[in-house]
Amino acid sequence: MSRLLPFLGFLLLVALFGFGIWWNTQHDQREVPSPLIDKPAPAFVLPRLDDPARTVSREAMLGKPYLINVFASWCIACGEEHPVLMTQGKAIGVPLVGYNYKDAPEDAKAWLAQHGNPYDLVIADQEGRTAIDFGVYGAPESFLVDGKGVIRYKHIGPLTPEVIARELKPAIAALAKEPAP
Amino acid sequence: MTRLLVGAPPVRDSRALRHRRNRALGALLQVALMLFAGVSFAQAIDPLPFKDHAQEVRFQNLTRELRCLVCQNENLADSNADLARDLRHEVFDLMQQGKSDAQIKQYLVDRYSDFVLYDPPVQSSTLLLWFGPLAILIAGALAVVVTVRRRGRATAAVAHDRPADEGDDW
Repeated sequence: MSRLLPFLGFLLLVALFGFGIWWNTQHDQREVPSPLIDKPAPAFVLPRLDDPARTVSREAMLGKPYLINVFASWCIACGEEHPVLMTQGKAIGVPLVGYNYKDAPEDAKAWLAQHGNPYDLVIADQEGRTAIDFGVYGAPESFLVDGKGVIRYKHIGPLTPEVIARELKPAIAALAKEPAP
Repeated sequence: MTRLLVGAPPVRDSRALRHRRNRALGALLQVALMLFAGVSFAQAIDPLPFKDHAQEVRFQNLTRELRCLVCQNENLADSNADLARDLRHEVFDLMQQGKSDAQIKQYLVDRYSDFVLYDPPVQSSTLLLWFGPLAILIAGALAVVVTVRRRGRATAAVAHDRPADEGDDW
């Protein structure tokens, strides 16, 4: 028995390293869980991309759930996500609010004109100041905000058909079952 | 430095020699320190209008303890990422508002979770992280103690069993 002990120890280490490899293939190491889930969305007042004279605020958006999608014309992963939003954006059942992050308005407008605009409304945060309140650290990111203005779900990275089917749609369906605020 | 030493006239008195060598070493150390200081302050990529040097040092220390979210193995002080620059400005602004280090850290934790702290707080989810190594150390120490005791007892038993072994077989 005691002769087998080093071998058993070795097997234990192999199992541990194997688990580490498996775990890291299942999880995105870069993903930082948001502390904002189930907390009120930060207050924001941001100009519309199409009409900077008009602003959109958290208060104005209260009453109905919506999905904030952080994007930028310089963001490569946003380009990957964009066709998915174009085809599935209307089908998810809540308004899609584009959050143009640290982008030049002309670039953003040109990008949307070229690739299509899946958003019901686009707000612009050129400085990225409000994005810090949202804990944005890389586009694309998506926040599902409920009718009471509470962030219910966040996805970091491009929305894919799988993510929409597996996570976003159930989250939206759960919102729909709740009594209206 | 070596050239200076080589070029110096030979000194017979060992005390004077030691003194000279110490001074040369001191100068060398000073140059090295200056170089390193240059490196660490060169990392303040964007010049910020600090009130005084103490505030700048505080800023440097604080941003070194905070993680850049984009390039996650870098701290805020060293990172070139756009977001890191924004967050440095944010930290700077909060300092100007008279916020304490703890308040500034909390501000970032509220937005980016404990992940921004290089020094994770002790809480239920980090107990293993904090005390795991200690537990492994204790387990190892126990294993050593048990092995040593067992071995000691075994040799004692052997010595006891055959007290007259010596000489007989020879």
